[in-house]
Amino acid sequence: MLAFNFFGATEGGLFDINATLPLMAIQVVALTYILNSLFFKPVGNVVEKREKFVSNNIIEAKNKLSEVKKLEADLLTQLQTARTEAQRIVNEAEAESDKLYKEALELANNEANASKEKARLEIESQTSAARDQLSKQADDLSELIVNRLILEK
Amino acid sequence: MFFNSLLTNFAALEVGQHLYWQIGNIRLHGQVFLTSWILLGALLVFISLGTKKMENDPKGLQNLLEFLWDYIRDLARTQIGEKVYRDWMPFIGTLFLFVFVSNWGGALIPWRLIKLPSGELGAPTADINTTIALALLVSLSYFYAGLSNKGWRYFEYYVHPTPIMLPFKILEDFTKPLSLSFRLFGNILADELVVGVLVFLVPLILPIPVMFLGLFTSAIQALIFATLAAYYIGEAVEEHH
Repeated sequence: MLAFNFFGATEGGLFDINATLPLMAIQVVALTYILNSLFFKPVGNVVEKREKFVSNNIIEAKNKLSEVKKLEADLLTQLQTARTEAQRIVNEAEAESDKLYKEALELANNEANASKEKARLEIESQTSAARDQLSKQADDLSELIVNRLILEK
Repeated sequence: MFFNSLLTNFAALEVGQHLYWQIGNIRLHGQVFLTSWILLGALLVFISLGTKKMENDPKGLQNLLEFLWDYIRDLARTQIGEKVYRDWMPFIGTLFLFVFVSNWGGALIPWRLIKLPSGELGAPTADINTTIALALLVSLSYFYAGLSNKGWRYFEYYVHPTPIMLPFKILEDFTKPLSLSFRLFGNILADELVVGVLVFLVPLILPIPVMFLGLFTSAIQALIFATLAAYYIGEAVEEHH
């Protein structure tokens, strides 16, 4: 046994090393096992379970978020294609109606021209007929006049 | 003259006197065991109450215990490293809790009101046997950690980075437990002595700041002891490249 006489102590002293040392060591080792089963393991289980739960939830949320973003992008492209498609259809319809309008206009013009021409021809023929009749009547009249003059003579 | 009166004063504080228990032909310091049983009993009761009903949403004591667990895990993880800290966390945590409870128990509970036939009750860590026991356990632990993790390659540590380090590294194996045990022992004993002397000389108000300082020192010493123990284990299991 190590024993120093310190500060007038009658026995022992501050540096009195004895069987307290190994027994204390055994006590601390026993305490380690007791605390491990009573404190470190159960608390660790709960904490790590919760940490796992939280990190799983975060991962899940991140996955969902990325899925949402993907869907959003998908929808945007769909919307874009739909818009261009609609624009195209509108353009096509406009061109179609324009074409139809022009065709109808041309048709109407032609018809109008044709009926005008026909009317002109008719007018011309009636005019010449009228002129013929008139010249015939003039002939008749001149013949009549001549005849009368001859008769009076 | 002055020296004599000082000796009498210290003698009145009963420094270096023990309550001896005789079992067969071995002698024990009874006051160390008495206080350590009371304090560890309180610690175990506290922990059993806190872990009785563990829930996913922690309440009350469970919160405190989880905070403590997290604190110890961070301490062990930063010093020992991600790979093996799990194996050593209970040991480091036990050292921390034991030293902390002993220091604070010794400082906070008015043990001196309980009269013993010889010696007096106080912090178990103010006894050199306790601190040497703890320090030797740390030494054994880091040897065991190094050998079980790296086998004979553990001894590469002694010649790392150059063989010149060999005598110093061997010397370190002796200075580590020595410094661990004497640092704790000296700090706690000095705190008890300072408070004791001040209370003896000026029993009013004046000792209170020193008592607060003592509480601070006690907590710091517990942290230092656990951190150094973890650091030594981490040093032993660290892989050199």
